[in-house]
Amino acid sequence: MDVVLFLIFAIIAVVAAINVVVQTHPISSAISLIGVMGSLAVLYLLLGAEFIAAAQVIVYAGAVMVLFIFVIMLLNAGTEIKRGRSLMVQLLGVPLLIAFLGLVAYFVERIYPQSVGVRFGGFTGGTAQAVGRALFTTYLLPFEVTSLLILIAIIGAIVLGRKEMD
Amino acid sequence: MAEVPISWFLTLSAVLFALGVAGFLFRRSIITVFMSIELMLNAVNLSFVTFSYQLKQVSGHLFTFFVMVVAAAEAAVGLAIILTVFKNRSTLNIDDVDSMKN
Amino acid sequence: MDAFIVITLIKLAVIAFVLLTAVAYLQWVERKVIAHIQVRPGPYRVGPHGLLQPLADVIKLITKEDMMPSYVNRPIYLFAPFLAVCMALLSIAVIPFGPTIVVAGYRTWMQLTDINIGVLFILAVSSMGVYGIAFAGWASNNKYALLGGLRSSAQMISYELPMALAIASPLLVSNTLSLRELVATQRGSIIHWNIIHGGQIVAFLIFIIAAFAETNRVPFDLPEAENELVAGFHTEYSSMKFASFFMAEYLNMVTVSAMATLLFLGGWEPLWPVRFGSNYLPSVIFVIAALTALYHGAHPAHKLDKYTLTGFGVIFLILAAIFAAPIVQSWLLPLFWFCAKTGGILFAFMWIRGTLPRFRYDQLMGFAWKFLFPVAMLNLLVTSFVVAWVS
Repeated sequence: MDVVLFLIFAIIAVVAAINVVVQTHPISSAISLIGVMGSLAVLYLLLGAEFIAAAQVIVYAGAVMVLFIFVIMLLNAGTEIKRGRSLMVQLLGVPLLIAFLGLVAYFVERIYPQSVGVRFGGFTGGTAQAVGRALFTTYLLPFEVTSLLILIAIIGAIVLGRKEMD
Repeated sequence: MAEVPISWFLTLSAVLFALGVAGFLFRRSIITVFMSIELMLNAVNLSFVTFSYQLKQVSGHLFTFFVMVVAAAEAAVGLAIILTVFKNRSTLNIDDVDSMKN
Repeated sequence: MDAFIVITLIKLAVIAFVLLTAVAYLQWVERKVIAHIQVRPGPYRVGPHGLLQPLADVIKLITKEDMMPSYVNRPIYLFAPFLAVCMALLSIAVIPFGPTIVVAGYRTWMQLTDINIGVLFILAVSSMGVYGIAFAGWASNNKYALLGGLRSSAQMISYELPMALAIASPLLVSNTLSLRELVATQRGSIIHWNIIHGGQIVAFLIFIIAAFAETNRVPFDLPEAENELVAGFHTEYSSMKFASFFMAEYLNMVTVSAMATLLFLGGWEPLWPVRFGSNYLPSVIFVIAALTALYHGAHPAHKLDKYTLTGFGVIFLILAAIFAAPIVQSWLLPLFWFCAKTGGILFAFMWIRGTLPRFRYDQLMGFAWKFLFPVAMLNLLVTSFVVAWVS
């Protein structure tokens, strides 16, 4: 059952990711990226990361991607004009990518031959309580630093979005 | 076989990361480049959560949380920069923003 | 395993059927309430006191010509109402309507599924509901629709922040994210509810205001107001697709009212404990309603009232008898309390619609960011101080 779930959502994630890269219109890429994030949220649930799955949908798919979609709609971004690329890029691009991928996959399989099996319910330490406890005790300093980072981002976004005063 | 081998998750993470790299290098529209960056960050998040499962600790989830926060902040500022560039150059093609080229 | 699947399918069918009927009749109630606020009768002719009006509306919407303009982005145009209704229905899946009941020897919850992150699930699904409106506005290839869709989505994501903070405060008091356990911590009488014992009156008000904005209701309904932006994001939609957006809006209303009930008003817990006789309250209310209906049936204002109101009186008497029977009291009474509280909040939604004017868009956004969000943060701070002090 877990294998079936994993395969379904992994295939959805890969197809949507290919769509993100291949589609010419930014809106279609954005919708496919939302699909990737949704299927990743299900995979997180399979890995017992329930809080992170919820945070992925709330923050990533529900806020960051809305921001992307706003910008695409505001700028009225049209389909991308295909410029000619050099012959080397066209011939070597995809094969090199597949070679990179094959190398990584090979090394991953080498290191993890007798793999730990993942099943739903195998790890129960991903509750909101566990994450909160670790966040506010062990990782308190990074937490405070990231809140400062968000403050900087807010100020930056407001300054950049202001109308110019002349 | 009711269990999923953990190497499958890592391979999926590598595939998504490679696709993100491909999108980042091959696409010309700045927004699509940005979305490929988000794809790469998501792939890394999957890696973190997988290792957290393997080591039975919650620290991986914490790192995923921080990556999400940083990605959100980066998306906000990056999109504001894109809007400013569009206001000045009226183009979203990164090949056209080359006025400092020789 | 089989029993579990069968029971879940039965629950699914019951909840879906009851919910969709309730949404249709919610529109009847809204029209009646607004009409009486404006001193006019409202739907009156179709069936006794307009009770068949929703049926007539459904037939009209189904048989209307389903136009698909040629200039729209077809896949996204068709996907948007589907997404809106899907997300609206999905959030009802984790809402508990009552305690554990025993059906044919099988214990089950009065809820489709209870997950430990129930509150986060509802927040996540409502975040995804923003997309239905944004895509509807964009795919319509129409300036007004695009502006309406963008304004509506910006409003929804702006008000998600005070709503999330207002949700976090009773969570601190109740110490759990699961909706079922939230109600369990508010057991007792009215003084144990989170709104009084937990001191969350400010959070309740913030949640209700943010809920108005999230569901695009007056006074925050500028993006879909008819005299402002033609009709906002659903300008280009007709018949069943338009009906989907309206169904989604009413379902969202039901969801946020249910959330407010569970978080602040104690869910299905009665107003005062059972041992002081709160089990008889529904019967008393129905008997009073029956007597009123029978009185007005005996002295009818209009000719037909002699039959319809008398019929309603008899129906109310039968309902009072059903509520007094001890067999059904274990599940019917909590359901009654839950529906009464949710219905009260829904009535407040309609009441405010009939009373207040609407905000201008910049006033709306300024209110969210400059007032509601700091107040919600302050409330969270004070709540966390008090909780840390007490424990």
